[in-house]
Amino acid sequence: MAIRERLSGNEAVAYAIKQINPDVMPAFPITPSTEIPQYVATYIANGEIDTEFIHVESEHSAMSATIGASAAGARALTATSSCGMALMWEELYVAASDRLPIVLALVNRALTGPININADHSDSMGARDTGWIQIYAESNQEVYDNFLQAYPIAENKDVHLPVMICQDGFITSHGVENILLVEDDKAKAFVGEYEPEHYLLNEKEKMAVGPYAVSNYYMETKRAQRQAMQNAKKVILDVAEKFESMTGRKYGFFEEYRMEDAEYAIVIIGSAAGTCKAAIEKIRKETGKKVGLLKIRVFRPFPEEEIAEALKGMKAIAIMDRSEMFAATSGPLGAEVRAALYQAKSEAEVVNYFYGLGGRDITVEDFEQVYANLEEMAKTHTVKDMYKYIGLRDKEEM
Amino acid sequence: MRAVDINERSPWQDITEGNKIYEAATSRNFCTGEWRTSTPEFDREKCKQCLLCVPVCPDSSIPVKNGARDEFDYDHCKGCGICAKVCPFGAITMREGK
Repeated sequence: MAIRERLSGNEAVAYAIKQINPDVMPAFPITPSTEIPQYVATYIANGEIDTEFIHVESEHSAMSATIGASAAGARALTATSSCGMALMWEELYVAASDRLPIVLALVNRALTGPININADHSDSMGARDTGWIQIYAESNQEVYDNFLQAYPIAENKDVHLPVMICQDGFITSHGVENILLVEDDKAKAFVGEYEPEHYLLNEKEKMAVGPYAVSNYYMETKRAQRQAMQNAKKVILDVAEKFESMTGRKYGFFEEYRMEDAEYAIVIIGSAAGTCKAAIEKIRKETGKKVGLLKIRVFRPFPEEEIAEALKGMKAIAIMDRSEMFAATSGPLGAEVRAALYQAKSEAEVVNYFYGLGGRDITVEDFEQVYANLEEMAKTHTVKDMYKYIGLRDKEEM
Repeated sequence: MRAVDINERSPWQDITEGNKIYEAATSRNFCTGEWRTSTPEFDREKCKQCLLCVPVCPDSSIPVKNGARDEFDYDHCKGCGICAKVCPFGAITMREGK
């Protein structure tokens, strides 16, 4: 029987780490992810796990030490947020190009500046080109479940890529919810023992990691890395299927909520999906309007064709970004989903919203307005404003 | 896949994962001598076998056999000219080109 608990998102991730008992965790504290290494350090101090905790002087060192440990043959991980991840920037690319199956517990927080400690996706979206697999969660349950699936994906020989398990700062990381935990023995059996084929501390095989690659080799290396990301799609689904047969909880590249007959869809990542679901239930109950949600779980690799297929036949779509990329056009999710729709020759009217930057709240009423706008766009076949904000104080609208 | 089997004509499928190398001393396979723009020449007549040139060579390209230096390892000599500078007997001269 699964264990019934009530935990915050940070506690849930720390609990998953305890069940996995990884070999090495170098970490440096940063709000709102600090609790994760704190809980792990407590487990170690209490003798519950024998993970080697490395106290480092910065996140640059945290990721460097994680890379070193992983190359040596250890199952390694770290946790961070926001500017902490920005300081890992250089090493994120190294971890991916060295094909190391590292897991990073990321608690999404806005990047400075202005300095802000609340949830948005600018940290992980800024790292979207680093070569890491990115898996996002709506709830504590999802981030726990995703974390248990991370190593089986990363360590699969067709993948060998680092994985970022993302949750929204404070909303998920500090909000306490009911949760179902997998029993220890089952969790351990699911994640399995790590047995790397090649590793630096293997006395039977001499080895070098991360050599210089001149222009005659760099491009081939990047192509091989791309292949690993392509392979990850199948592995992510295989691991999800195995997880479902253990827990009954189903995961894929995204969740389709009330999409079976939907005409108006919202595409979103993370905790705000819960608020959107409440709006959907309210709208459907009060008006019968066919509104639905596509909640992206896997952003890297980007499931382009699958997203386009799921959005097929929609009259209008709102893509919701919780980070800016200052193209002065779309946000990152907006750009990629629109590209997917274009390739699939979609005829839906599309609008891109910015919401929740730096932790700005988003409400059921806000989502009701988005759906109302979608209905208007579909009726008039015009998109008055392609890029919109939710909750922005604007003189022209006051 | 051994390092010696990977070359500039290898397709991406034959490059090792993350460029990892699963053996030691593969730098021997890499002919850094191709980078050379000037070349040291060794005059056996003038050489007194003091061996001062050997430890200063940054590329270990002056082999020593039975206590005496031998011909340059031109596969790896980058032509830096330190050996010519350090030789007290003018037994090493630098010639332009490979």
